[in-house]
Amino acid sequence: MKTLIISYLSLVAGLTFLLSQEDELEASMNRGKEIYADFCVTCHLPTGEGVENTYPPLAKSDYLMANREASIRGVKYGQRGEMIVNGITYDNTMLPLGLDDEEVADVMNYINNSWGNKSEKMVTVEEVAAVGRR
Amino acid sequence: MRNSIIISCFFVVMATISCAQKTDTEINTPESVGFDAELVVEDLQIPWGMVFLPDGAMIIAEKSGEIIHFKDGVKTEIQGGPEIYNRGQGGLMDIELHPDYASNGWIYFSYASQEGEGSGGNTAIMRAKISGNSLTNSELLYKASPNTKKGQHWGSRLEFDDDGYLYFSVGDRGARDQNPQDRTLDGGKIYRIYDDGRVPEDNPFIGMENGNARAFTWGNRNPQGMAKNPETGEIWIHEHGPMGGDEINIVKKGVNYGWPVITYGTNYNGTSITDMTAKEGMEQPIHYWVPSIAPSGMAFVTSDLYPDWKGNLLIGSLAFQYLERLVLEGEKVSYREKLMENIGRVRNVRQGPDGFIYVAVEGKGIYKLIPKSE
Repeated sequence: MKTLIISYLSLVAGLTFLLSQEDELEASMNRGKEIYADFCVTCHLPTGEGVENTYPPLAKSDYLMANREASIRGVKYGQRGEMIVNGITYDNTMLPLGLDDEEVADVMNYINNSWGNKSEKMVTVEEVAAVGRR
Repeated sequence: MRNSIIISCFFVVMATISCAQKTDTEINTPESVGFDAELVVEDLQIPWGMVFLPDGAMIIAEKSGEIIHFKDGVKTEIQGGPEIYNRGQGGLMDIELHPDYASNGWIYFSYASQEGEGSGGNTAIMRAKISGNSLTNSELLYKASPNTKKGQHWGSRLEFDDDGYLYFSVGDRGARDQNPQDRTLDGGKIYRIYDDGRVPEDNPFIGMENGNARAFTWGNRNPQGMAKNPETGEIWIHEHGPMGGDEINIVKKGVNYGWPVITYGTNYNGTSITDMTAKEGMEQPIHYWVPSIAPSGMAFVTSDLYPDWKGNLLIGSLAFQYLERLVLEGEKVSYREKLMENIGRVRNVRQGPDGFIYVAVEGKGIYKLIPKSE
């Protein structure tokens, strides 16, 4: 009986934890969507496809999926110089956006989980805070 | 029957109005280029503003907040500039010299500022003098409100007219449904003030209840180009549309340019903003671009160094990364041409007092266009 109660409780606790994580991600993505519509959409376009040879795509971007820290750094401090995205070399400048760490995390979560993108791990404010200029 | 005739006539008229621009000449690529572009100022990030001092020096405003003095190949940073709110499209933006700069030394700046109540920022205008490597005598002339954390549409361009009034633009600050069509609010307007910030007595909205005394026009979106037409003395602007619908407009007292009630553009997600491109009481642009070139910087060519370009308009394209040359017939654009193709995001273009055209390109620097000798 005791083990049953314990397993039941841990199951509930586990589910609650998973669901709250989900809620947290969804809330972050919703805030990120607003940021995206304000700061990103003019170049990367509403569905993240970008402009070939000018503004790299975010949707199904191999760079984004493989370079988590560098992507956060780009959003946090701006991006300059050559980068290869889905086989095309881009050489452009993205202004430092002036977002705070929470906003960077939110927009990263939105980008990482939209238009066919999926990221296992949620970007947190702490993770963004730890990313330096290099 | 009678009604249907009237309706048909109405449609014909509407079609004529809305198709007026369909005959717009496509952009051309010249067969031969009559100039060399020499990179004279290297290593600039976002050189938003540039002016030429009487002694041959240039002052360059970087969006990051850096103010650069450039002379004889040497860059010196000017200290004591305004505190900048670097957010989205905002930062340190345009600079302009007083028409009597040689005698009074006033230099004008537009920038994103957090001054005032509330979090976020809005567009500010200040003037100051340069003493050695510092700015002195700083005076804040105008600060738009309310502050907002939105990153878009700060406007920024500064220009004096022949009567000594200072004009500047403030964009809609991402609140298109509130600001531009409300004459009591600050965003989405062209402004006109005296050189010391005072309100001109005959500004158009002064008599209105809570009217914005410094505003001169309304219904603007995000003007990032402004230049005095040397022939007419009028102030010309261009402004970014949304997706499509960038415009060239002539600044006229009290006029409503229609954003967002009328536009030739659409939302970035392809949905429509309005089904109207024209409405009574709202001014039509003298030219519009579909698709958007994302215009920035504007200059009329008056110099004898480019005889074929005299009277033409030069406009930078951020999106397509070229310099656009527009031939004018009065207030009509009759020919468009791409110069400096794929040069990078063209942020600004000006004709220097030496008669040469200078083009500021993001991530590169400032190019001087040197005509090839025959």
